[in-house]
Amino acid sequence: MNARANAVVNAVVERPREYLTFRLGEEEYGIDILKVQEIRGYEQPTRIANAPSFIKGVVNLRGVIVPIVDMRLKFGLGSAEYNDFTVVIILNLGARVVGMVVDSVSDVMELSPEQIRDTPEIDSVVDSSYITGLGTLNDRMLILIAIEKLMGTAEMALA
Amino acid sequence: MSDTHTSESSGDVFDLSQFHGVFYEEAGENLTSMEALLLETDESNADDESLNAIFRCAHSIKGGAATFGFQDVADLTHVMETLLDRLRRRELAITSGMIDTLLESGDVLKHLLASRQSGTDAGIDCTELVARIGAFAHGTVAAAPAAVAPVAAATAAPVAASMTEAPAAASASPAAAPLAPGERVLEIAIGPLDQPRLADNVVELFGEIPGLGTIEPSDDGKPDAAQTRHFRVVSTVTDSDLLDLFSFHVSREQVSIREVGAAATAVATPVATPVATPVATPEADQTFGLFEDLPEPVAAGVQAPAAVVVAAPKADAPRAADRAAPASANLESSTIRVPTEKVDQLINLVGEMVITQAMLAQTGRGLDAVVHQAMATALTDLERNTRLLQEAVMAIRMIPMTAVFNRFPRMLRDLSGRLGKKLELHTIGEDTELDKGLIEKITDPLTHLVRNSADHGIEMPADRIAAGKPEHGTVTLAAAHQGGSIVIEVRDDGRGLNRAKLLAKARERGLSVSDSMSDTEVYGLIFAPGFSTAAEVTDVSGRGVGMDVVKRNITSLGGSVEIDSVEGQGMRVSVRLPLTLAIMDGMSVGVADETYIVPLASVVESIHMTASDVKSVGGTGRVVEVRNEYLPLIRLDELFDVPRSVEHNGGIMIVVEAEGGRIALLVDDLIGQHQVVVKNLEANYRKVPGVSGATILGDGRVALILDVSWLIRRVRH
Repeated sequence: MNARANAVVNAVVERPREYLTFRLGEEEYGIDILKVQEIRGYEQPTRIANAPSFIKGVVNLRGVIVPIVDMRLKFGLGSAEYNDFTVVIILNLGARVVGMVVDSVSDVMELSPEQIRDTPEIDSVVDSSYITGLGTLNDRMLILIAIEKLMGTAEMALA
Repeated sequence: MSDTHTSESSGDVFDLSQFHGVFYEEAGENLTSMEALLLETDESNADDESLNAIFRCAHSIKGGAATFGFQDVADLTHVMETLLDRLRRRELAITSGMIDTLLESGDVLKHLLASRQSGTDAGIDCTELVARIGAFAHGTVAAAPAAVAPVAAATAAPVAASMTEAPAAASASPAAAPLAPGERVLEIAIGPLDQPRLADNVVELFGEIPGLGTIEPSDDGKPDAAQTRHFRVVSTVTDSDLLDLFSFHVSREQVSIREVGAAATAVATPVATPVATPVATPEADQTFGLFEDLPEPVAAGVQAPAAVVVAAPKADAPRAADRAAPASANLESSTIRVPTEKVDQLINLVGEMVITQAMLAQTGRGLDAVVHQAMATALTDLERNTRLLQEAVMAIRMIPMTAVFNRFPRMLRDLSGRLGKKLELHTIGEDTELDKGLIEKITDPLTHLVRNSADHGIEMPADRIAAGKPEHGTVTLAAAHQGGSIVIEVRDDGRGLNRAKLLAKARERGLSVSDSMSDTEVYGLIFAPGFSTAAEVTDVSGRGVGMDVVKRNITSLGGSVEIDSVEGQGMRVSVRLPLTLAIMDGMSVGVADETYIVPLASVVESIHMTASDVKSVGGTGRVVEVRNEYLPLIRLDELFDVPRSVEHNGGIMIVVEAEGGRIALLVDDLIGQHQVVVKNLEANYRKVPGVSGATILGDGRVALILDVSWLIRRVRH
């Protein structure tokens, strides 16, 4: 397909998309709502020896063993406290189910393509290649993450 | 754990009919997929994959039918297979006529199976169909009555191949006058012939095949008015094999076979004798021989609906239901095949329910029993029902290996008769429980492996004696849980694999091989599609299908196959399957606040221990003395880096054994023994060293299962 045809297809396909937003420390992130299976409270996982510290262990999710990743530890954002309000976002990434601990889940937002800006070249703990863009909504800024790509990296030590 | 069946005695004891249901289902599925594949096949451009797939369908049905002694089904599928084999090897080009005939055969098979299943007589004569397929297979298209089979090299090979079955069949009952068991007296008319001397060629050819029987003209060598010659034949082979043979010189339409007498048969008499037995009576069924020790199939069929109802409430309902065949003319099943995921989901949901129930019970305990009496009663009922439900759901999947192993004594017995070999079956670990899903999927590959061992591995009795081995060849089936896997071994003490022969065969097949390949790689060649080193094709094996199917099936289960062989001593095929679905007896142990599961099979003993029992070797290594033996000690808390708030001394030492080694594991305490369903960690996470899987405890938490083999290997190096 040539570039022109691509542009046409994109114009047709790119409708507003929904994002689940969550907080890590002071920052607000957004992920594709279609990757989210459910949101649960935090329960003490079974620790796995010699795993990186941000992998909290595995839990039983209706008979399925699911690893739990604490994004706050992974990115060094916020304080890794676990209380009744700690939330786990269960992601369904195709072949794999992964739980992700975040500070809090805010809401589900619709962003149209024009609300999404390119990410400038910055030095951050989150590899900018996993940031698909920065969403703006009034005065809020959402860091949009390609969560499937991020979870699939060797860095996450999930596979 | 160990049990020996000798082929002579055991066959009478085992009831194969309980597997009939599974066979009917599988055959039904195979027929459906074969039909679909045939319908998709494009004559001008048939692809290898679908030809292979069609071939495998026919092969699987034949294998099952032969095992259960459904001779008519086996005969028909055998000729289909011969044709399909030539098609997939590109020795013949597929035509629409062939496809039509194969589709027709599929329909006939459906009817045959349906009537077998319902215990009624199909009354189907497949001789003509068999002949037609045979004609296709041998390149002599039946349309031209006067056609003489060309004596070209291409046709010579398959005809020879089909004839080699005759000695195999005949050797089961050495020819002896007047009539040996299984022998039949046949009147064969050949004609009308343009050239009556063609019939002499048939006689000549017949005489050249050893063990086939005798043929003599009954017409003084002169054709009758209709230019037809008459012969009297005494033989053990089937009509279709005779037709195969005769079609070398004359067309099949010109041959008519009529049975005039048969010996009292202990050996299977083929069914394809329509003239002799126009209507197969129940008594005629008995002459198949193979049915003798089975419960009356007709009766089972008629009573089936009642049997199902009665059997259902029993604990082993699934198997009881399997055994009863429904009385329907269609190929229906009394069992439902459900995708494993659905059962998995059911089990997971029940697990969740158990946890919810435990929570409710906890809450209910705080209530006043007098005020909330109805509530308390309901909770007690809930608890009982939940437990029963859980047991019932678990029972759906778990079956001991006996379910598979039971198939083999009978099969070996039949094989030993057909191959003229003495075979003995030895089974080990038939109590090892395996998930039903896995059992179903592992049965066919194991059947292939056992057949291969019996057919290719074990030598003829005379050769064995010459090689200084016992006359009886032994096939051993062994199952055991090992580390994170179940290992099923098929061993034989036969001739083993011949490296040079394998390499030569591979070159002939155009595979790229070199003499420097390792033994493992060379042995691995037998898994290549179409690879067979058997000198002849028998209806047992030798077409080179099987091993590639075995490999494919096992790989699709996430398992692996390994071959080990010593030439002249035998070979061993180890099938390793993941424990994904397996259930296991486990001992749960506590280490600080964590719980781990030690597979009970590897536990030798557990001993109370004090810190002073531990001796150090070379500074860091630690050993403990157990019954005059120093064993390496692994502290689980150190190995798994378990966080501790208080220092813990002493504890319990569990002596575990695997791969021929022993070590002691130090834990804080023993919690209990229970059956655990093994879940794999890799599905959503990754392989963790020292851990073979995970399970869910009664309270819903996850516990890791120790990989004892890994721990022992770790200590060794």
